[in-house]
Amino acid sequence: MSEFISANLPYLLAGISVGGQYALIAIGYTMVYGILRLINFAHGDVFMVAGLVMVTAAASLPIGVAIVLVIVATIILGVVIERVAYKPLRSAPRMSVMISAIGVSYLLQNCALYFTGGLPQIYPTIPFLSNSVTIGGATTKMVTVVTPILTLILIFALVTLIQKTKIGMAMRAVSKDFETSELMGIKINKVISMTFVIGCFLAAVGSMLYFTNYPSVIPTSGAMPGLKAFVAAVFGGIGSVPGAVIGAFIIGICENIIKGLGLTVFSDAFTFVLLIVILLVKPTGIFGEKATDKV
Amino acid sequence: MGKKLKTKAAPEQRAGTILAAAALAVLYVFLFLLDNALPTNSFTVMLIPVLQKGAIFALVCVSMNLLNGFTGLFSLGQAGFMLIGAYSYAIFSIPAEQHNAVYQYFEGGIIKFSIPQILGNALGVNLGNIVGAIICIIIGGIVAGIFAALIGIPVLRLKSDYLAIATLGFAEILRAFFQWDGLGKLTNGSNLLRKYTNFHDIKIQLGGFIYQLDTVFPFLIATISIGIIVLLVNSSYGRAFKSIRDDEIAAEAMGINLFKHKMMSFVISSFFAGVGGALLAMFQTTVQAAPFRTSMTYEILLMVVIGGIGSITGSVIAAFLYIASSEWWLRFLDSGQFMDMSVPFFRDGFRKVVFSVIIMVIVLFFSRGIMGDKELSFAGMIRKFKNKKAKKAEAGKEVDPE
Repeated sequence: MSEFISANLPYLLAGISVGGQYALIAIGYTMVYGILRLINFAHGDVFMVAGLVMVTAAASLPIGVAIVLVIVATIILGVVIERVAYKPLRSAPRMSVMISAIGVSYLLQNCALYFTGGLPQIYPTIPFLSNSVTIGGATTKMVTVVTPILTLILIFALVTLIQKTKIGMAMRAVSKDFETSELMGIKINKVISMTFVIGCFLAAVGSMLYFTNYPSVIPTSGAMPGLKAFVAAVFGGIGSVPGAVIGAFIIGICENIIKGLGLTVFSDAFTFVLLIVILLVKPTGIFGEKATDKV
Repeated sequence: MGKKLKTKAAPEQRAGTILAAAALAVLYVFLFLLDNALPTNSFTVMLIPVLQKGAIFALVCVSMNLLNGFTGLFSLGQAGFMLIGAYSYAIFSIPAEQHNAVYQYFEGGIIKFSIPQILGNALGVNLGNIVGAIICIIIGGIVAGIFAALIGIPVLRLKSDYLAIATLGFAEILRAFFQWDGLGKLTNGSNLLRKYTNFHDIKIQLGGFIYQLDTVFPFLIATISIGIIVLLVNSSYGRAFKSIRDDEIAAEAMGINLFKHKMMSFVISSFFAGVGGALLAMFQTTVQAAPFRTSMTYEILLMVVIGGIGSITGSVIAAFLYIASSEWWLRFLDSGQFMDMSVPFFRDGFRKVVFSVIIMVIVLFFSRGIMGDKELSFAGMIRKFKNKKAKKAEAGKEVDPE
């Protein structure tokens, strides 16, 4: 057992780290789905845009300012997308909103392609995060250690926000019943915007951690992590924050162990196998509430 | 009253059918001339690939519309089934002597024959290529259909967005399998499949002359396939599909077997996606699994939305418009030139930005697309024209308040 762990330690560490990054993205999916019943296909691309903003900002600004700028820009982008592309379709069938989300994803990718000219953008090194560190004989970047800790802190803060504050209570109410909460005087639009603010803030933080492990950002960098984070959200039970986090860690770790076994082609496919299995065995996910279909 | 209307509608219907047949005949004559007689210039060089690709995507869009628009199953697996079709086609039509070159890393592959070649020996090269290509295309469709049947058993129990994400997941799994070295002897791993029969090899010999059928061939396959889908949609099965789309519970209460019909729609749609994939393989002359990613499905979905979800003619129009604008008409946006003026922000990729903005505008403000759920037909046009005439005549006789 200890032999297995020491042989696979680098993969395990990478898995935990990637899992934490997926978790940060997955929360954006799960919260939006919980409230709007919408798979926000554009979320992965918002994550990618956060990476590109970082590249641009770090080129001319000190890194601290750049980090703040990335977070602010990502939040603004998320809220604008919601206002422009999802809000007008609030009473439309769910399929239309999903198509709109796919359209936004397509738009963001094409804009990114235009602004980058199709060239991979070298991601700046964020001091401290990029430093090397040795754990149990495996050398890795500091980000591997920082990610799970930071993820857990942020999630603890988020759960507190949802459980203890007024806006959190409003969020829970809206995700339980959209129309009734509106009748009870909750300002729906404010709650939805807040959801996007939180989701995009976490995606921006996630993008800084994620791209530190990769040399560059390309317009399609966001698609795969986005889908995986979504699968994590479904796995954990969509609408549930702790579920999404656990799902993300499971996916991140399994994916890296599969890479360690030399089956890299299947590392992406595994995620979807997991998705299909969970949908068949327990469609509501591990922590999902049991939904009753009303006729 | 009803009877009177019916007798009135019949001649228009007949005239519409005749007109449609005539229009198709004119189209095919034009395509034939385009392949053989018209000179090659900057116009036809753009027109031919746009028409070929347009026909292919028209077919793929209609097949997706059968599922998403007519049966109400929001599936995002189209690219995966096209991938299966493209690979099945290519694998069975690579000439035997090329196997060692194509499968150079996999000891010449496992399949050592080529269907067009075998038929070529029996029927002559040209006829062998045509019949062989058609057989390989059908194989592509059937393999895609079989996979759809297997995938459908678990997936079709899911609803709306869960179905979408599960089919999308299956498409990604398929892509991974086709790139896997373990299947390399069949799929060539992540390397290209090439040298197989493509559109340019489709020729016909008539009275000593050899005629090219580069554009006629994909149109013919697409027309027949779309025709079959139209017949299906208008049959009792089609009505069952539409009732499932409109209200699953009511449909079930009326005695429609939900699973059976959903499965049927899924398999047939995938069959034609496979056929479309095979045609795309012919068009590209090389196949690789990598480009058949989710974004391809998204593009097809956006075409369907532009045309109108639930309209076959809409899908066809949208596919041609989409391909023509993205490959041809909007090219100037990438060139940095507009009417001999240089525009600074017109550079590579700007076309796609403009394009996606247009798509967003359609999605947000014209969500019914070009056709909504109506169909464009000659009979309908005649009726409209007649009504207008009748109204005009009436307005001439007496002052109409309208």
